[in-house]
Amino acid sequence: MISKKIGFKLTLAVVAAALLTKGVFAYFNVRAHSESLLAEVERHANQLSEAVKSSTEYDMLLNQRERIHDTIRRLGNQRSIQRIRIMNKAGAVIYSSDETEIGRMVDKKAESCYRCHSAGRPLERLEMKARTRVFRLRADAGRTLGIINPIYNQPSCWTAACHAHPRSQIVLGVLDVTMPLAEVDREIRRGQLGIVVFAVSTMLLLSLIIFYFVRRWVDDPVRELLSATERVANGDLDTTIRHIRDDEMGQLARSFNNMTRKLSDARLQLFQSDKLASLGRLAAGVAHEINNPLTGVLTYSSFLLKRTQDQPELQADLQVIVRETLRSREIVKSLLDFARQSVPKKVSADLLEIVERAASVTESQLALNHVKLVRELDAGLPKVTVDANQIQQVFVNLFVNAADAIGPQGGAITVTAASLSLPPAGNIQIKKAQCPKRHSLIDEELRIGGKPAIRVKARSSRGEEGLVHLDPMYGGGAHRYGAGLEGARDLRFSCPECASALTVAGQSCPRCAAPVYAVEVPQKGLAEGCTRAGCGWQRWEAIESTGDQEFLELRVRDTGCGMPKEVLSRIFEPFFSTKGQKGTGLGLAVIWGIVDNHNGTIAVESEVGAGTTFVLRLPVKP
Amino acid sequence: MTARRDLLVVDDEAVIVDAVVKICSAEGLSVDTAARGAAGLELLEKASYRLILCDIMMADMDGFQFLAELGRRGVRTPLVMATGYSTVENAVRSLSCGAVDFIPKPFTSDELLAVVRRALRYGDLRAASGDPVPGALEFVPCPPGDHRLGFVSWARLEPSGTVLLGVCDSFLKTVGGIRVISLSPAGEELVQGRSCAMIAAADGPDHPVMCPVSGRILEVNPAASMDPGAVERDPYFAGWLYRIVPSDLEFDLRRLTVCGPEGR
Repeated sequence: MISKKIGFKLTLAVVAAALLTKGVFAYFNVRAHSESLLAEVERHANQLSEAVKSSTEYDMLLNQRERIHDTIRRLGNQRSIQRIRIMNKAGAVIYSSDETEIGRMVDKKAESCYRCHSAGRPLERLEMKARTRVFRLRADAGRTLGIINPIYNQPSCWTAACHAHPRSQIVLGVLDVTMPLAEVDREIRRGQLGIVVFAVSTMLLLSLIIFYFVRRWVDDPVRELLSATERVANGDLDTTIRHIRDDEMGQLARSFNNMTRKLSDARLQLFQSDKLASLGRLAAGVAHEINNPLTGVLTYSSFLLKRTQDQPELQADLQVIVRETLRSREIVKSLLDFARQSVPKKVSADLLEIVERAASVTESQLALNHVKLVRELDAGLPKVTVDANQIQQVFVNLFVNAADAIGPQGGAITVTAASLSLPPAGNIQIKKAQCPKRHSLIDEELRIGGKPAIRVKARSSRGEEGLVHLDPMYGGGAHRYGAGLEGARDLRFSCPECASALTVAGQSCPRCAAPVYAVEVPQKGLAEGCTRAGCGWQRWEAIESTGDQEFLELRVRDTGCGMPKEVLSRIFEPFFSTKGQKGTGLGLAVIWGIVDNHNGTIAVESEVGAGTTFVLRLPVKP
Repeated sequence: MTARRDLLVVDDEAVIVDAVVKICSAEGLSVDTAARGAAGLELLEKASYRLILCDIMMADMDGFQFLAELGRRGVRTPLVMATGYSTVENAVRSLSCGAVDFIPKPFTSDELLAVVRRALRYGDLRAASGDPVPGALEFVPCPPGDHRLGFVSWARLEPSGTVLLGVCDSFLKTVGGIRVISLSPAGEELVQGRSCAMIAAADGPDHPVMCPVSGRILEVNPAASMDPGAVERDPYFAGWLYRIVPSDLEFDLRRLTVCGPEGR
């Protein structure tokens, strides 16, 4: 419905306002124009009337009536003059350009006499304005302007030889000139028409211009926003508005994008935490259910082991049962630990040994699939501080996954290791951050790059307030600013809980001179950074001073089927499985949790048909 | 007077009950069993026991309810909590509720015997002191102002914000003579309710010491690892084990008991 559109309504309102102002303007314009034209004609008529008076005066004194008749007739024949006549005091027409009229008495009530005779007694002096009149001879005739000019008694009149007028008479007669106004009326009509044409055309042009800009500035962005909202309502939270203008519509679009992104994050988090909660319940159930039968196995086998110390042929086998049951116990415990995200029990360990142990556990399964496990590991690698059981579980899971990806036709898994030094920026995560009053700033609900963000409150000097989520990866610039805060150069950060200032007084960013914030990382000093969006300057003195960080990088490469991109992005999610009934979808999520608990990273590279490589980085020092 | 028995096992898992009976009987202990809490309470009316081994998750009541019921009935028999849902929370909660020890399932026969022996010795020590008032103890669990986890370990807050950890006198006495104490190195993370040290007893079995407060080890007492005798002689001062930087002190302290002026 076009009448419901905001653009149409706006155009209509603007055109109506213009119409009103233009109408008033045109009315006064036309009036002034016609008045000035009429005044011109009036002046002209008066001049003519004076000319007639003076040109006949001499003839009058000489009482040469024929000459007067002739003069009036000639003048009255001019096109611009309708009629000239002279009436005497009694109202009889003495001279006229229309000769049929001569000798007739004029009705004093008629238009040319009305001015003076209306008050009963004739007036003797008249203003020019009062001497003119506009009238129509007949209803269907054009307008006519008449001007009367009284002829006053003068000494020369009563001393003249004819002695026609006594001295006591004041007004001797009246000269009446009438002129047609057809020309003037035509002129006025032409003016009116011009103004109407001008008004209509400017109105059309104005509405076209308004329509164009309303469409550009309001209609299009609103339409885009509307369709984006509909897409979001239909569940597509990845919707963003691409064309962002500089005005309020642009702000609205930015705000909308911000909102959908947060909504999408929140949904993902909800999804993840939901999965993790189910995982926790599952783990608790599994732990309890499996631990009871395991207790039976462990108590009986360990008891048997003690009682058969004199039977060495049994001892070795019983030892295997006890050892493997103890390992099962650790696995169940780590499942519980993962579900509860607890701290790993780290000791200095040789990764070579851990890989060997993982290899021996998976040996039979790999052999069954004709998978060769190639270990290209240097003996000189540094030791790492890790929970050996958990890291072993990582490798066991990776090997079993690789064997599954390779399938029964056989292939190879290659494990390589290298020690590398990496700068702290981009490789170390800020896991704990607090305000001066020791409130935690870590927001478990909002994750950036899968890691809990640092949440602070921000306020600009213009009074805009909102939240800022800082990228917890040191040197990572994926901070998220609340609506309206992105452009501000002078933000002040504070603790969302107690409002303690986090902005450092008297310090400014060395890159862009904006204010600098500082958050406390327990036992690791202050982490500082620029408050302005897009600057990205950060400094973490305690970490920088230790120089580059030593990492051990392990690559587990298989010759399996590989994975497409859409699968890659989801493989670390709990309960995501490509193995159907065969898998629980927990393996890689557990691995991710373990590696994260070790402050390490795990990444995956894959090519469909060529194989997959998992890249594991663990810090050498905890 | 009612019969005097050594051990009452309350657990609804038959295979575990059987295994415990087998292992403890082989050590010469007399064992009774109950599959439910109510049945266990009935047995306790008929006979007196030196020790109760109780599962946390049972069909009719959980281990904590069972423990509370014992308190209401004035039964002072030491109780060891066992569970297959062996979280740190359950371990700490058991001790703070008054259980003398906690054993996570699954356990080996040696681990079971170590806990049972320790708990029996605890009961004996208490009986030897005459047990005049319920709750009063013959040994000092820790100096006034310190915090203790059950009767196992203690924590002392230092003005600098660090925390000193050690083993309680009561625990050392139940272990018997110490042969070796194995400690974790500095820099490692300790978790409340997890084992933070392993005490090898002179008579054989290893006894894990449950950690009272979570945190990172700043310093290990060299005297403790070099000379286990120092720990035994002065467990609260010269025989401290670790100085740690606590990770969440406020949370941990809520589950510890503050030692009173009478050394309770």
